[in-house]
Amino acid sequence: MNPVLSVRGLDKRFGAVVAADALSIDIAPGQKVSLIGANGAGKTTFVNMVTGYLKPDSGSIVLDGMDIGGQSPRNVARLGISRSFQIPQLFIELTAAENLAVALSGMRAHALSFHAPAEAQGRHDKAIELLERFGLAAHADRPISELAGGVRKLVDIAMALVRRPKLLLLDEPTSGVSAEEKFATMDRVIHAVAPDAATIVFVEHDMEIVSRYADRVLAFYQGRILADGNPDIVLKDPEVRRYVTGSAR
Amino acid sequence: MKQGLHPVVMVLLVAAATLFGRVLPTWTLSLATVAASNALIALGIVVLARTGNVSFGQGLFYAAGGYGVALIANAWGITDAVAQMLIGAVCGGLLGLVIGPLIARYSGIFFGMLTLALSMVLYGALVKSSALGGSDGFNVGRPSLFGMVFTDPREADFMLYAVSVVTTGLAGIAATLLFRSELGLVSLAVRENNLRIEYLGISANRIVTINFVVAAVFAGASGAFALMAQRHIDPQFAYWTTSGEFVFVAVLAGYQSVAAVFVSSLALELVRSFSNLYLPNTWQLVLGVFLLGVILFLPRGIGSLWIRGRRARIGPVAATPVAAEEEAAL
Repeated sequence: MNPVLSVRGLDKRFGAVVAADALSIDIAPGQKVSLIGANGAGKTTFVNMVTGYLKPDSGSIVLDGMDIGGQSPRNVARLGISRSFQIPQLFIELTAAENLAVALSGMRAHALSFHAPAEAQGRHDKAIELLERFGLAAHADRPISELAGGVRKLVDIAMALVRRPKLLLLDEPTSGVSAEEKFATMDRVIHAVAPDAATIVFVEHDMEIVSRYADRVLAFYQGRILADGNPDIVLKDPEVRRYVTGSAR
Repeated sequence: MKQGLHPVVMVLLVAAATLFGRVLPTWTLSLATVAASNALIALGIVVLARTGNVSFGQGLFYAAGGYGVALIANAWGITDAVAQMLIGAVCGGLLGLVIGPLIARYSGIFFGMLTLALSMVLYGALVKSSALGGSDGFNVGRPSLFGMVFTDPREADFMLYAVSVVTTGLAGIAATLLFRSELGLVSLAVRENNLRIEYLGISANRIVTINFVVAAVFAGASGAFALMAQRHIDPQFAYWTTSGEFVFVAVLAGYQSVAAVFVSSLALELVRSFSNLYLPNTWQLVLGVFLLGVILFLPRGIGSLWIRGRRARIGPVAATPVAAEEEAAL
């Protein structure tokens, strides 16, 4: 099966810091891939390059057979890669439903209506349906500024899902969520994403989440892939234990 | 969902405001005309402010509208008030179409300073242009309406009042529909987080440009009304203090309500007129205190008086963020 995402020889340096060192990765459709690594290992740089926020110094990024290297985040989103953020990037004065409505407007960004009401029934219903998938319908009419961090995180992911992306990148989906809530939050994310059968790549520091939800793990260290494979194997790898997860596990 | 006045009700309100001019004292007609004209350009600033950008140089389009109308009126003898208003709007809009895409790449203070700089460039050029009367400017004839010439001063004042109120009212209805529209919602989102907007596949620059052109059209039409009211134009139209006055109205109004722009513009003209009458040497002080009072007690502008109430009616909110999260988890 052809990979959804294929990167080859991706390099990125910030002065003397090597953030990506000849990265070559293939991600197959339907996979749930977790990126792990210490701070500065290059996980977020990888996400930023794939989504067009950073331009790689060299190398290629191919989505579903199409070279997307050098494209803007806007075009990358239109081509089928969506992302959520470690710190939710929402429109905090708008309600949760309005945030989703803005995301839905992105589907037809060339033809935004000057006069049709923003709360047109079809769009409102679609926004509510998406919120329901995440169990957030009760918060639909509340401004984001009044919602808790965990709820914001889910709204952020719901917005990324609006385009039914081929590849969904989630940056630490459970960061800032309490220990008791983290599995429930992740269950909800996986459940909500399932109907769209998106391929998921998620950055995660919590190894319990990684071992429970990922079917493949990429361990980053100094811009390189230290280990790649099944979570049971990668998390027991001595080098991963030494440089990524620490000796505790 | 938010509720608002139906457009038909808004049209009726505009008609009522126009007819109200028949019973207004003569001295208030010109005051109300100026207030309506200023409200029109301030409305454009509010439209733009919803994307998070404030123009300190709307005088550029105000002057473009005014000079465009004056030159065309003198060259071709066009005196019709509606035609002049349309010419002013087109002149402002065309200039906005040229400048908008270039300036939309900037934001915040850079955006504001660039608009200010461009208006001062035009001011400098107009002052030096002897063909346009230099710093003295030049005069234009009395406006007419659909072939009718008004020699009675009260009738002439009422005609201008009616045309400016109807135009500003219709612009207000258009702006209200725009605010409620998909584009209006996305504009608010650009104001808050244009990075996320790009990640959603939307061009933030395009949204800013569209709003910028709308603001330029309103400013051009407003410049035409100022020209008709004064029957004279000079480079002061493009000067930075002129632009500042319009920002003053927009700040008073806030960015959440169209009606607030009209209320603010009228309030400002009333405060200016009465303080000028009773405190002729300190009227600027009164204006300053008035603005400070609004900023202190209504930091989101006069419009927040009724918009805040509407938000509160949407529904009860969770008492605490934790409660909200617990509810979400259910």
